[in-house]
Amino acid sequence: MSRPESVDSLDGSLHSRLQDAAALALDHAGRMGACMSEVSVSQGQGLSVNVRNGEVETIEHHRDKSMDITVYFGHRSGNSSSSDLSENAIRESVRSAANIARHTEEDEFNGLADPGLLATDFPDLDLYHPWGISAASAIDIAAGCEAAALAHDARITNTEGAGLTTYEGLSLYANSHGFRGFVQGSRHSSSCVVIAGTGAEMQRDYWYDSRRSADDLMSPESIGRQAVDRTVRRIGARTVATGEYPVVYESTVASSLLSHLVAAISGSGLYRNASFLGGCLGRQVFARGIDIFESPHLARGIGSAGFDAEGVATRSNRIVSDGILDSYVLDSYTARKLGLQTTANAGGVHNLTLAGTAEGGADQIAGLMGRGILVTELIGFGVNTVTGDYSRGAFGYWVEGGQVQYPVQQFTVAGNLKEMFMGIQAVGSDIDPRGNIRTGSVLIENVTIAGD
Amino acid sequence: MSEHLQSASALLLDPGGLGQQEISATLASLMARGVDYADLYFQYSRQEAWSMDEGVVKSGSFSIDQGVGARAVSGEKTGFAYSDEIVLPALEQAARAARTIARSGPDTGAVRIRQPQGETVRHYPPVDPSGSMQDDDKVALLKEVERVARKLDSRVRQVSVTLAGRQDVVLVARSDGLMVADVRPLVRINVGVIVEHNGRTEQGGAGGGARSDYRYLVEEGRATGYAEEAVRHALVNLESRAAPAGEMTVVLGPGWPGILLHEAIGHGLEGDFNRKGTSAFSGRIGERVASDLCTVVDDGTLAGRRGSLSVDDEGTPSQNTVLIEKGVLKGYMQDQMNARLMGMQPTGNGRRESYAHLPMPRMTNTCMYAGEQDPQEIIASVDRGLYAVNFGGGQVDITSGKFVFSASEAYLIEKGRVSFPVKGATLIGNGPEVLGRVSAVGNDMALDSGVGVCGKEGQSVPVGVGQPTMRIDGLTVGGVSV
Repeated sequence: MSRPESVDSLDGSLHSRLQDAAALALDHAGRMGACMSEVSVSQGQGLSVNVRNGEVETIEHHRDKSMDITVYFGHRSGNSSSSDLSENAIRESVRSAANIARHTEEDEFNGLADPGLLATDFPDLDLYHPWGISAASAIDIAAGCEAAALAHDARITNTEGAGLTTYEGLSLYANSHGFRGFVQGSRHSSSCVVIAGTGAEMQRDYWYDSRRSADDLMSPESIGRQAVDRTVRRIGARTVATGEYPVVYESTVASSLLSHLVAAISGSGLYRNASFLGGCLGRQVFARGIDIFESPHLARGIGSAGFDAEGVATRSNRIVSDGILDSYVLDSYTARKLGLQTTANAGGVHNLTLAGTAEGGADQIAGLMGRGILVTELIGFGVNTVTGDYSRGAFGYWVEGGQVQYPVQQFTVAGNLKEMFMGIQAVGSDIDPRGNIRTGSVLIENVTIAGD
Repeated sequence: MSEHLQSASALLLDPGGLGQQEISATLASLMARGVDYADLYFQYSRQEAWSMDEGVVKSGSFSIDQGVGARAVSGEKTGFAYSDEIVLPALEQAARAARTIARSGPDTGAVRIRQPQGETVRHYPPVDPSGSMQDDDKVALLKEVERVARKLDSRVRQVSVTLAGRQDVVLVARSDGLMVADVRPLVRINVGVIVEHNGRTEQGGAGGGARSDYRYLVEEGRATGYAEEAVRHALVNLESRAAPAGEMTVVLGPGWPGILLHEAIGHGLEGDFNRKGTSAFSGRIGERVASDLCTVVDDGTLAGRRGSLSVDDEGTPSQNTVLIEKGVLKGYMQDQMNARLMGMQPTGNGRRESYAHLPMPRMTNTCMYAGEQDPQEIIASVDRGLYAVNFGGGQVDITSGKFVFSASEAYLIEKGRVSFPVKGATLIGNGPEVLGRVSAVGNDMALDSGVGVCGKEGQSVPVGVGQPTMRIDGLTVGGVSV
């Protein structure tokens, strides 16, 4: 009997069970007449706890599995997925995918990745570090995190608590070219959310860390204290006068700029002529001195992968060099549509990094700015990838004489991403390592701030 | 046994050999010492999607997901586990994991299963969308919508259409013995258009849906109507100029602009944030939070609407909950746990994305009732302002009350007249203040077309909004033109 109160390590027979399921799916697709097929199978498990005011709030046990299969009849395709990995369910799922493929239409660009591009080398990227922590220990850690927060500053008036999450999973991608690649990984997160002030002056902020190995996590106490420091400095926020100012995006929000870049240079928008960066390959799209690249093989990287979602071997792509757009972000389908070769980005980018151009973090970069706004939070979805038009809500700090003066709220940051990218004047060395997109704080010359 | 319960049992319980006895025993084991409340949530979900791009029906997908979530609640503590296998050993294991929040001790005794008293009022038919139309006809519908969009204007460059349908069969069994089922259909179609003229490219979009089958989308010419609307929207954007920046009078059009209510008011009135005192609306029931022109409700009982529910995900019948009446805050939206802890009644707002997620208070269809003014008079009353009729997404900081929502179609109002279109811009305001600035409410209350999705703590659920034309004296418009 397993111990439901803690997370057992993934059992050793899982590899062969996933392999059997994938083989059955591919075999059944072939029997049904599919000329090509591909399948992803995965299973994962985890635990998450939240502690609020020193008491357990939630204990959640996670256990998920899924299969996703795509079959090709000529250049027609159909896709099906299921959480049931029994033999009957797999056959049923393949039948559903085949049935859909009977109704979709020929698309000559459809199909698996070219066999010659599939990964043959599977480097150990050090992604799997199961924690095996019990619910009781997870609760103790979260409680310690929250207690450190509540003891840190008397201006904290309320708490949403501290959380600890651990997850591990194994997935297999296989296709009818004979490719078979496993990915085994883990991810653990620790977080704390607190509130300062009362009534109309209430402010909330948080801090978290997220890593492949629990050994790399920030200590619970420092996460709690960091959450508090970020929250209390928001007290007394003022409004800001409408106008044009330079801004610094703190590293925690600067990564969003790179996600907009990825959306704009992804194949699916480009072949539809639906991107403001269409036709910009080889042209200057960022300020001189800006370098953006992918490092898919970083040890313990959150976005590390030896192959992409189609089995294509990943590589260290240079996306932007000295401001010039060197590469799009493509999978096999969109690459064929554009007459290019896949960049091994089926399923997304891998550890995309904006290289620092200046020493220091948000405060040092704000020092370079002199007068303007340090943005520490963005809300809303006002980004148009077709035109590059940008308008988002924000929270931040008024900076004068290179020094943070006071918090500011209820304003928007607006411009056009084309100009904002060209207007990047400095990138700090304070790279935020917690995500798949990695950047330091970013200084952008004039944008429009709408306040009162 | 009701027809719904019968068919849900046949689909969810019978294959794994589960009956009332096993469910009753599992609930009893969840009700360990100190547990106030427990439930089991069985779900079978079947969905499909078809999409068309560049004139070709390129892809289709089908998926099935099923499982059971087991929850035990003790005071403010919740234990939760789930399984994608609906068989007794998996159920027992989930129950053991969920009850780890309880103190050890003997179980509290048997749970006697019962059905709701009286007939549950149903707000949509128990249909299966995927079977309501032949696959060939789904493909033909996509092609027809695409054809209509393309032939409308030579500036149309790209048309993408997505048709999606799902059916969820859910069965809730609770520690108070109540066992209730619901069969929920949901369909939608979305049209996206790219237009290009003189080197300028813009986009437009439209769509709609309901808790119904695919016939809803073809009736009354709805699907092709969305194609026309998407093209019109894109062509308006081709003419748009830079949006203004700064605080100004804003007139919101009817229908989907009700996303304002969802972000500025709705989330802040969900029971969990108010129980914890983390909402900008905490402790303010009975206070004036809006102008007396404003009456806002959350109504899960609207027939066939995307956000509607016959019973919520905890088995509570849906209802029409008054949130703000003539400007005064009247109530919160509650699930079982938060209602009990706050000494209030559940309001049928306990919702969850799936069996693998915990329920929490969520909106259904959040609407403002009509006022008396002619919408044209409201526009004419503005000397200079923004008239915003279509929106993308929105977001709110519950604690500070600051909210945003992004206009995707808006016009400048000059001397009482709608002049030229302006580019999309985010509007930002303060939830507890914004409805206090409402100075006119139109007589043209409309619901949105049925494509809304709300995200909270990583869980997505379908929702609706609605409102009449509304004038707000002072909202910050986040354009670029100073």
